[in-house]
Order: sequence, then structure tokens, then C-alpha cells
Amino acid sequence: MRHLLSAGDLDLDEACLILDTAAQLASVSDRSVKKLPTLRGRTVVNLFFEDSTRTRISFEIAAKRLSADVINFAARGSSVSKGESLKDTALTLEAMGADAVVIRHGSSGAPHRLATAGWIQGSVVNAGDGTHEHPTQALLDAFTLRHHLRDGTGDLAGLQVAIVGDILHSRVARSNVLLLRTLGAEVTVVAPPTLLPFGVADWPCVVSYNLDEVLPNVDAVMMLRVQTERMQAAYFPSENEYSRRYGLDVRRMGLLPPHAIVLHPGPMIRGMEISADVADSPRAVMAEQVANGVSIRMAVLYLLLGGMTDDDRKEL
Amino acid sequence: MDSGMTVPAERSVVLDAGDMGRAIRRIAHEIVERNKGAADLILLGIPTRGVFLAQRIASAITPIDGEAVEVGALDITLYRDDLRLRPARALEPTAIPAGGIDNKVVVLIDDVLFSGRTVRSALDALNDIGRPRAVQLAALVDRGHRELPIRADFVGKNLPTALAEQVRVRLVEFDEIDEVTIEGGAR
Repeated sequence: MRHLLSAGDLDLDEACLILDTAAQLASVSDRSVKKLPTLRGRTVVNLFFEDSTRTRISFEIAAKRLSADVINFAARGSSVSKGESLKDTALTLEAMGADAVVIRHGSSGAPHRLATAGWIQGSVVNAGDGTHEHPTQALLDAFTLRHHLRDGTGDLAGLQVAIVGDILHSRVARSNVLLLRTLGAEVTVVAPPTLLPFGVADWPCVVSYNLDEVLPNVDAVMMLRVQTERMQAAYFPSENEYSRRYGLDVRRMGLLPPHAIVLHPGPMIRGMEISADVADSPRAVMAEQVANGVSIRMAVLYLLLGGMTDDDRKEL
Repeated sequence: MDSGMTVPAERSVVLDAGDMGRAIRRIAHEIVERNKGAADLILLGIPTRGVFLAQRIASAITPIDGEAVEVGALDITLYRDDLRLRPARALEPTAIPAGGIDNKVVVLIDDVLFSGRTVRSALDALNDIGRPRAVQLAALVDRGHRELPIRADFVGKNLPTALAEQVRVRLVEFDEIDEVTIEGGAR
């Protein structure tokens, strides 16, 4: 594994290796010295062209726990705001000796371009590109599902998962559908027809427009935020109507089987896709998702950078 | 596995199951003797086979001292000094007893003591987990060729070897047989 660009690039063994590695690394968070020497001397650049708190901080903590040097690069306040291209930014980072670039970009495919254009030698990790993919989020969701519903080991064969909300603009949904499928889970996406992407019929999942029908049959439900910042048109008549038909409130949570859990990748809009009562209930595992995110990102950075890299091969 | 046709002529068994059992019992006695009992002892095996050896030594200590000894596992992969010489490795479980290792006597247990680099990594790993009162080292086989100033406190068998030879420890829990062999290398 050289880059992590898409959850769809991972086969079952690779996905399980990342989850198992994360499970071992999770114990580091419980120690008094939360530090491992593994990536000493490696440099990780967080290249964020879009706003993010959770993901950027999570990658930063993960890299620091592995003793890597971390450089945070936000587009705002950098040369990018003066009009510098992705290529020139990449060439600058390469000249400074970045071993890995964690990139978030508003354009789908930017990480792929960065990884394949030959601008940089290091590994590229996709931390969310446009409406395309967010593979580490899918991995941390799978890790959370495995912990709660599968004893923390193996794959997710037979698990029923519903992903509800703005599928059209969600990179989390696409990465989750691909990864959960690889792990053997069965996914149902639930959304109004206007918020489903073109070609969803070809996705390896079932599509439904009716949340109440789906909820009694799932082991986990993943609520997505309606991404109004990416919307240039009206996709539903009113927020109130959206919330009534596709929001998760206490009544709907009561339709879930007793063991089922509620996930949300954050940021949540309380009162819109999820009610405050549900967000604060013990079945909502958002805080665990965030904690697991650090372990998953440590695992990804370790597996990409912890062993022999192309630079090391050249020196031999 | 060894179907007969590919077995090298140099393969020789240096410890069989009986020898191994006696060596483990002797190590258990020596650990109890050195520490004047088994109180405050924690046996930490280095995966994979060190963990099984730690469990066996612990169950050999119980009838000697009457007390159950705490056993754990310490994976040292993330502390290795040769990480960059090979692709990233899968991690093994680390299991530290709930009470932690502070002020305890930790006995590290590995199957083969060779360059000493694994033990160096283990000492670094321990340093991040807590501050034991003392750290001791037990190895089933010491084959020499140290590259660091490290020695074992308890040794099952000292085995002079050539660098080209391979010492392999097989345990029932993992390899379906208890034996130590020397393989390969022109003598």
C-alpha cells in the first residue's frame, strides 16, 4: 500500500489489516506516555484546502503519537489564496521533503491527481475530496461497528447498515458503501430522490425512500448532514419537511432493534437530521467515532510510512 | 511440512519436548530463587512464541511458590530499529496486567536471544508503559552473536552457533510440536 485514495482500493485483507492494526494502537491512548517512536524523522504534511476541525486534528494527533513531524498547511492564509496551483503547492512540499501528504480538497479527484501526477514522491492520504471519498472516515466507522456489533475482530459479514440523508453530496456515504461492502455488510441508503447521486443504482447497495420501513431491520444507522454549502438549488421544500421525513428522532429510534447503534460522521445539525435527544442518547456513538478516528489514522500512517518506503529503497 | 525430500542434512534437534519441559521448569525455579518468591513478579512474553513460553513458565512457578504469577505480552514491533529495512509489519497484541508494571519486577521472556536488538526494543517499550523496580530477561535459547551489551538472567540452553545457521524454536501451541532445531549453514 503506497497511497490511501479510495475505500474501494482496499481488499478484504488490507481493510482487516488496517482495522486490526488500529485495534492494537488504540491501547496507546490509554497509556500515560501516549507516544511511540515509530515514525521518528518522518514528515507528514496536512494539506487542507477545505475547512475541517475533526479530521485535521485527528490526523495531527495520530502523526504526533507516532513521533512524526507535522506541518499544518491551510489554504487560507497561504500562497494558495494568492492563486497558486495545486501543482506548485505540491512541488514546494516535495522540495521541503514531505514523506506523506494528507490532503483535503473541495474538488473530487484532487488526491488522485496529487498521487499520480509525479509531482511528489511521498504517500498521499485522501482526507476528503469534494463529493467523492473520505476513506479514513469509512474505516473508523467500520472500526466502531466492529467494536460494538462484532466483538472487535474479523469482518462485518451479514451486518445491516442504513446510511441516511444527503447521499448526493456525501463522500462519507460513498466510501462507507464501498468499504462496508468489502467487509461483507449489507448497506441500504435512504434519502429523498433529489439527494441521491446519478448512477446510485449501480452502487453495491439497496436504495430506499422510506426511513420508517428500513429502521426495524438494521444493526446500525448512520445519519448524514445535509451539506447546504454544496447546494446551489433547492433539493427539498423545507428543512422542516426534510427533518420530518428523514430526520432521526426519539420515535424513529424506537423502531430500531434494541442492539442497534446510531452513528454520525459530524458535524451534526441538531434538530435537522438528528434530534438532540437521539444525539445525546447512549445509543449514539459519536464520541467513540472520534476516538477511533485517531487509532485508524495512526494505523494508516504506520502502514504507509512505518516500513520501507521508496526513499529508503533508493538509499540501499 | 517436512516431507523428506527437502530436509537439509544439517537439520539437527538440540532440544526435544522433554528437554524443553525440564529447561522451563529450571528457569521457573531460578526466577523464584533470584527474586525470593514470586510476589510482585510479572512475566511479559515477546510475541509470538515468547508469550506461550511466559504462560508455561508462569504455570511452572505456581506449584513452586503457591502464588499465581501475572502474565502478559509485549509487542515490540513499533520500537524496532530495523523498521525501514522491510515493509510495514502487522502488529501483535500487547497485554499488560491491569495493575500496571510500576514497582514490579518484570521478567521479559523470548524464545531465542541473538543480536539483542529485540530486547533493546522491549526495554524502550517498557519505558513508555511504566517504571518497573527491576527488569530481568529469560530466553529459552541463547545462540550468541550479540550486537548490543545485553545478557540474559535465565537461559534454557546456551547454544554456540555459526551466523549462517538458523535456530528455530517450535512450540505445541503454535507449531504442533515442542522442539528446538539448528538448520542450514555449512559446518
